[in-house]
Amino acid sequence: MSYRGLLAALGALVTLLFAASLLVGPAALGFTESVVALLTGRGEAVVLVMREIRLPRALLGLMVGAVLGLSGAAMQGFLRNPLAEPGLIGVSSSAALGAVIALQTGIAAAFTLALPLAALAGAALSVLLILGLAGPRGGALALILAGIAISALAGAGVALVLNLSPNPFAAMEIVFWMMGSLADRSMVHVALAAPFMLLGTLMLLTLGRGLDALTLGEDAAEAMGVRLGRLRLVLIFGTALSVGAAVAVAGTVGFVGLVVPHVLRPLVGARPSRLLPAAALGGAAMLLAADIAVRVIAPDRDLKLGVLTALVGSPFFLHLIWRMRRLEA
Amino acid sequence: MANPGGRFLRGCVRGSDPLGAGLRTVALCASVAGSALLPARAQADAPARVVSINLCTDQLAMMLAAPGQLVSVSALAVEPQSSSMVEEARGIPQNYGQAEQVFLLRPDLVLAGAFTARATVDLLRRLGVTVVELPPADSLDDVAAHLRLVGAAMGREAEAERLVARYEADLARLRVSAEPAPAAMYYPNGYTTGAGTLADEILRHTGFSNVAVAAGLAGGGILPLERLVMAEPEMVVTSLPYPGASRSEEILVHPALQAVRERAGSAEVTDADWICGTPHVLRAVAGMGEARRGLDAMQLSQAAP
Repeated sequence: MSYRGLLAALGALVTLLFAASLLVGPAALGFTESVVALLTGRGEAVVLVMREIRLPRALLGLMVGAVLGLSGAAMQGFLRNPLAEPGLIGVSSSAALGAVIALQTGIAAAFTLALPLAALAGAALSVLLILGLAGPRGGALALILAGIAISALAGAGVALVLNLSPNPFAAMEIVFWMMGSLADRSMVHVALAAPFMLLGTLMLLTLGRGLDALTLGEDAAEAMGVRLGRLRLVLIFGTALSVGAAVAVAGTVGFVGLVVPHVLRPLVGARPSRLLPAAALGGAAMLLAADIAVRVIAPDRDLKLGVLTALVGSPFFLHLIWRMRRLEA
Repeated sequence: MANPGGRFLRGCVRGSDPLGAGLRTVALCASVAGSALLPARAQADAPARVVSINLCTDQLAMMLAAPGQLVSVSALAVEPQSSSMVEEARGIPQNYGQAEQVFLLRPDLVLAGAFTARATVDLLRRLGVTVVELPPADSLDDVAAHLRLVGAAMGREAEAERLVARYEADLARLRVSAEPAPAAMYYPNGYTTGAGTLADEILRHTGFSNVAVAAGLAGGGILPLERLVMAEPEMVVTSLPYPGASRSEEILVHPALQAVRERAGSAEVTDADWICGTPHVLRAVAGMGEARRGLDAMQLSQAAP
């Protein structure tokens, strides 16, 4: 399949899943009724359901999935390591820690942008730490060990903050921050996260050429005029912006950034510049599909998204480790 | 109360057992208590030191006790978000419901909730302490039954009868007979209360029908926001937020829910008066009756021009 063909196919898949996401829900609405309500605003309660409940959920599924796939592909390109993934190496959980601190200290209530900004700060800090500890030339082992340490620390921080909260519900939400969910999100959340995600996405998409050059090695890349310092900075802030905002509204959804680039890489001829847009579309498709699945499997239970992505993602992860062991042996 | 958080914090909860079970437990408790404390028993035999370890028995005991008879209530009794009798409770030492602390108070009678602190109750009984357990109130009639039950256990039958008579008279006076308007109870995480709950009876007593019952819910359960919106309730009753932040409570300020509430033109909140089956539910009943009449007035004024 040609590259254009692949993007068109992924685009069609995302469109289809987006439409399906709008049409699936606990209130059994007719097809025509829902579409008419969504587009024309006729039928009071149905309009509310379509525009205020299902549309924000579908939009967030699209956006969160896209940034997770994209940032996974970008980090893997930069570190030249297929295990780099925001969820796995602690970027998402650090963002969650930032978000939880903003919420529980009351800063988020006092100043609207505090929530995404705090999550962004958490994410940026962890990306800096990871790059510092594992380095651009760091092997898989250093990357994963640093990631485990940061994940564990941030996860413990989230649990601690929520357990100390005076709110009796907060402690029960540890699982939301660890597994992620799009249930009962609103347009307020879309508006809050979208600008950050958009900016982050645009930044990450500019990295294509630099990452292509980097596949030839750092010296070759520098010889080709790629400024590695700048590339690194754009990667850090692009990832922090997009993943931070995604986690602030949807919690930590793991494995999307791992599975999607892995599946698509052979289809784009292993070129990072081509993988980036494809991974964004693929991530959106995966998250929309997962969010439809949680609603179909357990409509009244708010099954977490991370449960499904981990069920699909963990075998991939094990397979990757297995292959790396064989390569190293 | 009607949400998982409340279950931890508040002493008096209702399980999701079918309607009959709760009433059976009342009957059982009543017969146990009755056999120990025969009606003819002299006032002098009444337990001199009563300790309550449950929010709801706290309040019933405070209403019924002779001066000095109630030596301790649970710590929740002084929490304004849970207790209707904070002022009265301030003068009484509080306990945290652990067996050790309760036993050292040398009680003649311990009042506990049927679904709380099982291990504590078992331990106290092994230590020879008389424990009377009170199931959660599932109906407005349970309030009278619970007053009588606790009154009998405390040797305060006359006081109980006096309170029951006043409660029943007030309850009858507060009934609203009107075409039932659809209403919904909505709590954090989309939790709601359906058939066979005290909250449902309060709605029905004040001229409302419960959309959760129409959706087929018995006891407590989750009603997805979409289905709540589609039910088009004319009244949405929500809970007050706890301090601190939680994602669970965000659903109560969701734009879709706010649109429903604006359309309804009226919004009520549940508070401590809704939690326990005590005569304080009358304040909740009165508030809802007021809201029901307000709904009629609003529709009249909308129809007029």
